Amino acid sequence: MPFIPHTAADVQHMLQTIGAESIDALFDEIPESLRIQGLEGIPAGLSEMEIGRLMSERARLDGRPLSFLGAGAYEHHIPSAVWAITTRGEFYSAYTPYQAEASQGTLQLIHEYQTMITSLTGMEVSNASLYDGGSAVAEAALMAVRAHRKSRSLRLLIPSTVNPNYRRVVQSTAGNQGVQFETVPYLPQSGCIDPIALESYAGQDLTALVIQQPNFFGQLEDVDRLTDWAHAQGMLVVAVVNPTSLAVLKPPGEWGSRGADICVGEGQPLGVPLSSGGPYFGFMTTRMEYVRSMPGRIVGRTVDLEGRPGYTLTLQAREQHIRRGKATSNICTNQGLLMTAATIYMTLVGPQGLARVAQSCMARTATLVTALGEIKGVRVAFAGSRFHEAVVLLDRPAAAVLRQLEAQGILGGVDLAADYPELGPAVLVCATETKTPDDLDRYVSALRRALEAA
Amino acid sequence: MNQTLEKSIFEYSQPGRGAFAQHPPGDDAAALEALPPALRRRTPPRLPEVSELDAVRHFTRLSQLNFSIDTNFYPLGSCTMKYNPKACNQYAMLPEFLARHPLAPDTQGQGFLACMFELQEMLKDVTGMKAVSLNPMAGAHGEFAGVAMIRAYHRARGDLARNEIIVPEAAHGTNPATATMCGCVVKEIPVDAQGDVDLEALAKAVGPNTAGIMLTNPSTLGVFERKIEAVAKLVHGAGGLLYYDGANLNAILGKVRPGDMGFDVIHMNLHKTFSTPHGGGGPGAGAVGVSARLEPFLPVPVVGREGAAYRWLSEAERPQSIGRLSAFMGNAGVLLRAYVYMRMLGHEGMSRVGEFATLNANYLMVRLKEAGFDLAYPTRRASHEFIITLKRQARELNVTAMDVAKRLLDYGFHAPTTYFPLLVPECLLIEPTETESRETLDAFIEAMVAILGEAQTDAARLKGAPYTMPVRRLDDVRAAKQLELTWKPVNSAV
Repeated sequence: MPFIPHTAADVQHMLQTIGAESIDALFDEIPESLRIQGLEGIPAGLSEMEIGRLMSERARLDGRPLSFLGAGAYEHHIPSAVWAITTRGEFYSAYTPYQAEASQGTLQLIHEYQTMITSLTGMEVSNASLYDGGSAVAEAALMAVRAHRKSRSLRLLIPSTVNPNYRRVVQSTAGNQGVQFETVPYLPQSGCIDPIALESYAGQDLTALVIQQPNFFGQLEDVDRLTDWAHAQGMLVVAVVNPTSLAVLKPPGEWGSRGADICVGEGQPLGVPLSSGGPYFGFMTTRMEYVRSMPGRIVGRTVDLEGRPGYTLTLQAREQHIRRGKATSNICTNQGLLMTAATIYMTLVGPQGLARVAQSCMARTATLVTALGEIKGVRVAFAGSRFHEAVVLLDRPAAAVLRQLEAQGILGGVDLAADYPELGPAVLVCATETKTPDDLDRYVSALRRALEAA
Repeated sequence: MNQTLEKSIFEYSQPGRGAFAQHPPGDDAAALEALPPALRRRTPPRLPEVSELDAVRHFTRLSQLNFSIDTNFYPLGSCTMKYNPKACNQYAMLPEFLARHPLAPDTQGQGFLACMFELQEMLKDVTGMKAVSLNPMAGAHGEFAGVAMIRAYHRARGDLARNEIIVPEAAHGTNPATATMCGCVVKEIPVDAQGDVDLEALAKAVGPNTAGIMLTNPSTLGVFERKIEAVAKLVHGAGGLLYYDGANLNAILGKVRPGDMGFDVIHMNLHKTFSTPHGGGGPGAGAVGVSARLEPFLPVPVVGREGAAYRWLSEAERPQSIGRLSAFMGNAGVLLRAYVYMRMLGHEGMSRVGEFATLNANYLMVRLKEAGFDLAYPTRRASHEFIITLKRQARELNVTAMDVAKRLLDYGFHAPTTYFPLLVPECLLIEPTETESRETLDAFIEAMVAILGEAQTDAARLKGAPYTMPVRRLDDVRAAKQLELTWKPVNSAV
């Protein structure tokens, strides 16, 4: 029996010990009317050899196109050591470190992660991970409501330059608790938050301003001014950031004169494969003064009976298993294994390596965008500085052009027609350090051919 | 277990050291010139500067400071710590699956989508539900989706007063926390002496404000809720819906289905029942299943099939959906692992899961009772788990459930769940799972017997446990009072 070690003799001995006639008799407390006789809708079992062959065939169907997609999930080089260690059984098959003495490996690793991610974001404290970038923004919105002692409004400003899917997740998660969101438009010239539209909210009772940097278009917002403005209005500032970019961009803890209050983001760029959207992990950091409003696990360093240093889960009175209906969140299982991968990734690339990855992304994207902009029928959407993504405008519907590229094995970008129809035909493109000059040339010539052909 | 403490990765760090093979080729520092100085980072982040070997050794050593399923029996009740087959990981991590971008067109993902579609179908069959969404990323996330759907259902019918969620007092903490997150009011009801829901209390609790009830069955007390049909009748009769917390689905896999018990919505913990890894605290996956009347409200996206082609269905096709719960498509790679697991087991293997999980639990329960331990529900069958209470030992010998749990670590066993459910004093919730052999269970019983002997002759031995772990018992009070949440250099003022 696959994954069940019992011999016939074991079964007989165990039933005898129990005093039951058969295994079936162990289910005699279940009303007979509810019992089923097997699951015929499920196919017969496969051996490992057979499932291996099936999965390899399925994987081949997915192919390996040359991808310039970003929009919240980014292709980066992942050092071999990251997943070789992450999938060690001692990490892979352990659970939440409830028994601290038998989980010092996981606990110390989380503590090291908390140190790295707080430093990267310029904040003071971190939790041990949330589900993903989108749900982290939703948790940040709810946390802002809890942490803001004066505001009673339950209203947050979320600019349209924040990832549209994040805004959807925030709505479906926090909307249930009566939290409301106002969408602040962007300036068509810069692709950044419209300061005049923002100013129209001055003097209102609002909980927080959410700022994504780099924003969804890849453009860099004037974070210092936005942060100071929000603080002057009595709002908290929730920063949504890309961790790779923080090797070169000002960390949220240093935005404006006081720094952002809560910082969240998608941890996937730190050593986590794209894998169709998950598992990724959300990170969340904040200032010490808000630590008790933070959701999720937190690891602290302490000492044991003999005074030796050790690590343990702490501040658990915020959590659902203690506070039940009054907890900061219902989160229990988080994304520990992905946080593990990210910690090993950050260690391997180090401060220099991460900066070089960030610089390389910027350089590849700048080269690509310049070359694309020279094609007849292509225009770069926004002026100003950007990180590793850009919006390019086409002279015809983007979907058809992207399909032509796909036929040549190239995923040319994310079509913005559904979320930003006002832009006209528009594509969000991204080039990370994984793209060689040849890759960029291949894309540029394929797009030129596609647009010149018609 | 390795007993040597490992120093912090930051203590290995030396300026100028690094894992240089991991750096991208070329020098692109000039790219920074495009950044206005005000937007630039001024001081580098505190990340370690270590060689690749330093890093590999450090994290390998850290891994060796853990108990895990691969190294130790891990009977953590309510968590279903069964063997995670290596094939599930290997085939979910094929290069094409790992490289696939979540926004890649459906045409570039027919292999992946076929797996997801078939997984939806198989989960429908094992639960008896009409439709499934794979989106939620953990059990609590699935609970959120479920309660949000219940609310959306009532709202769509104009039934706006229904905002109360009924929860038995023994429920997982995530149940009431979820109800609160969904903007509902929590009403707790008691269970009777046999561990079943108190029907009289339930009858008093339901009414025109009832949105629904959240139940785990078998319950968190390790017994099957025998009055489930009466519960369903009462709640449905009052206009409420039934939510099934799938934490204990392993116990009944292939034997009885939540859909047949009358549940309207359920979440499944794929990291429990379908053996995807627990990962030191995740990732999980909390797929949700619903009856026909809740199908329009499922979180998006879900996978649909048209002829031989698979594609994502999103907001456009599901206008009443409670929306999106993740930026993309939940924990896709975890779902692939669950798919591989289910295909390897097949229908016959699936039924064996519930059977042998229950056989192991009942064997362990009977043997521990014979050895002198008190069962919380001595007249009941165990489901896939059961509770022993050390109330008597606490009174007579002054040893607690915590002491026994810590001493078990010295014997090489991960402790069962302690102090949950809250209503059973000094309890251990023990779940052996189907993948453990009789010999392992016997060894665990021997350890429990030895510890009970120690409790009678040398209680202090238990109080001081563990002795063989990298650290002794930790000062949790200090951890919460003197918050050290990040590493700082010794003698550092910062």
